[in-house]
Amino acid sequence: MIVAVASGKGGTGKTTIAVNLALTLEGTVPVELLDCDVEEPNAHLFLHPVLETSEKVTQPVPTVDESKCTHCGRCGEICAFHAIMALGSKVMTFPELCHGCGGCSRFCPTGAISEEPREIGVVESGHAGRIEFVQGRVNVGNPLAPPVVRAVKGRMAACPGKATIIDAPPGTSCPVVASVKDSDFCILVTEPTPFGVNDLLLAIDMVRELGVPFGVVINRSGIGDSNLVAYCRLEKIPILLEIPFDRRYAACYAGGGRLVEDFPELREAFRDLWRRVCVLAGVR
Amino acid sequence: MKELLVISGKGGTGKTSIVGAFAVLSKNKVLADCDVDAADLHLLLKPTVRETTEFYGSKKAGLDEAKCTGCGDCIEACRFGAIVMGKGRIEIDPISCEGCAVCSHVCPQGAIVMQDNLSGHWFISDTPYGPLVHARLGVAEESSGKLVTRVRDEARSLAKSLELDLIIIDGPPGIGCPVIASISGVDLALIVTEPTVAGTHDMARALELARHFGVEVVVCINKYDLHEGKAQEIEQHCAAEGIQVAGKIPFDEGVVTALTRGMPVGARANDGASGWEEGKASKAIQELWARVSSRLN
Repeated sequence: MIVAVASGKGGTGKTTIAVNLALTLEGTVPVELLDCDVEEPNAHLFLHPVLETSEKVTQPVPTVDESKCTHCGRCGEICAFHAIMALGSKVMTFPELCHGCGGCSRFCPTGAISEEPREIGVVESGHAGRIEFVQGRVNVGNPLAPPVVRAVKGRMAACPGKATIIDAPPGTSCPVVASVKDSDFCILVTEPTPFGVNDLLLAIDMVRELGVPFGVVINRSGIGDSNLVAYCRLEKIPILLEIPFDRRYAACYAGGGRLVEDFPELREAFRDLWRRVCVLAGVR
Repeated sequence: MKELLVISGKGGTGKTSIVGAFAVLSKNKVLADCDVDAADLHLLLKPTVRETTEFYGSKKAGLDEAKCTGCGDCIEACRFGAIVMGKGRIEIDPISCEGCAVCSHVCPQGAIVMQDNLSGHWFISDTPYGPLVHARLGVAEESSGKLVTRVRDEARSLAKSLELDLIIIDGPPGIGCPVIASISGVDLALIVTEPTVAGTHDMARALELARHFGVEVVVCINKYDLHEGKAQEIEQHCAAEGIQVAGKIPFDEGVVTALTRGMPVGARANDGASGWEEGKASKAIQELWARVSSRLN
């Protein structure tokens, strides 16, 4: 079963939930954790995986053979992203704008354009104890996260009985969609403040659009107000787990600690969380 | 005119709370919320929307079924897996479509037409603290970078026409496309971090990004007393890189209280029943603002 952990807002505790869920399930079912927050992958800071493989993620970008080019300008007309243009007797390319659609090389009338791979990030995989671990990292300064997310998910070895946990990026736009898409269930993590509620509503719109069943985990409950719980009750959205705000938990997280190891009451709570996710996703 | 950008690498470090407090402390400025994915500044500043504009940031492929013969050339040409054969008919998945238009050029029947796609809205609003430009990206939409650029352009022309000399930008989280659109050409970036293993890691990525774009940087450590050891690590890291730590803000429940009441830290409630405006976080943010604004002059 593939379970994505997402949230409209950053900093609500996605990584905490994903990591501690994986640690709770470790040893009871096969577990893999995919860190799809490729801009800021953080799960490794808590799991300390031994990384065994590292592969470049590349994207095809155009390269122009000036000896064949007639400067007709067709490539510039085709490109929807302004990543290539003929200026007088020169063709300029802007690889960081290129989406790799291949249009320019396909439609060049003289066959002057070919494609070469450009590195945009890496995918690393390994093990943290019995947890299979995969993470992606996009190169700094590169705007294209979704291809790196897809490369991480390409390493997924999902099979019946296995728990695949995806730590998604924050927000609701393309990298998040690429992470959550095709999951069996989505855990939305939020906190009971006006920011939390605002961003949860955006995230709910997104998972509904994707047709993925979902439930809510409330982190730092006790701070803020009761609007979040009232909203979930009214909309009949299952609240899967509430983790109270506790300075000890905050300090544990800050130091890179693992909640379910330091606080046994939370291990039980995470077991419960998994049981409820399985029921809601219709698995056993 | 100067532009100050507040970013964090990681989300949830307190960017918006700090920008809200800056809104109270600063004068003669335009505010811009560039976290178009999950804009939150409006929750604190209570804007009255004056202008709403539709944002068409991309195109998507649309199929004219009457012309389509189902040959499948478009499926083969699409690199994004956005076109599939479903029950003998071509189907286009708008979420996967990147708008490259290769399918429409390939189609022998001219059955695929690129259509303007409503990707979101942007707004110009009045707030008690000055004008605010903000936006809302449609759910599961792309083009967040383009929408950020639009918000910044509008904030600049607003500042020009109103003769205001500062723009304060609430930035998006991460280091991707929307942050890149936020950072180019700003005068100063304030990186808000927190003393956690993730906060330290993400600050380093944000620093690297700022360096990549040649932008001057100062750092502020929010909730520094939640883990003083990590806070010291951050200070050492900044010292080694020659970066000023312009402020250290203590953990203060008054910030959450202010937030829950939908008010910026430092604002005075009309009913006078507040108290957080005198709190320790509020004082630290005043000192932070004094240092940041002196760097801008």
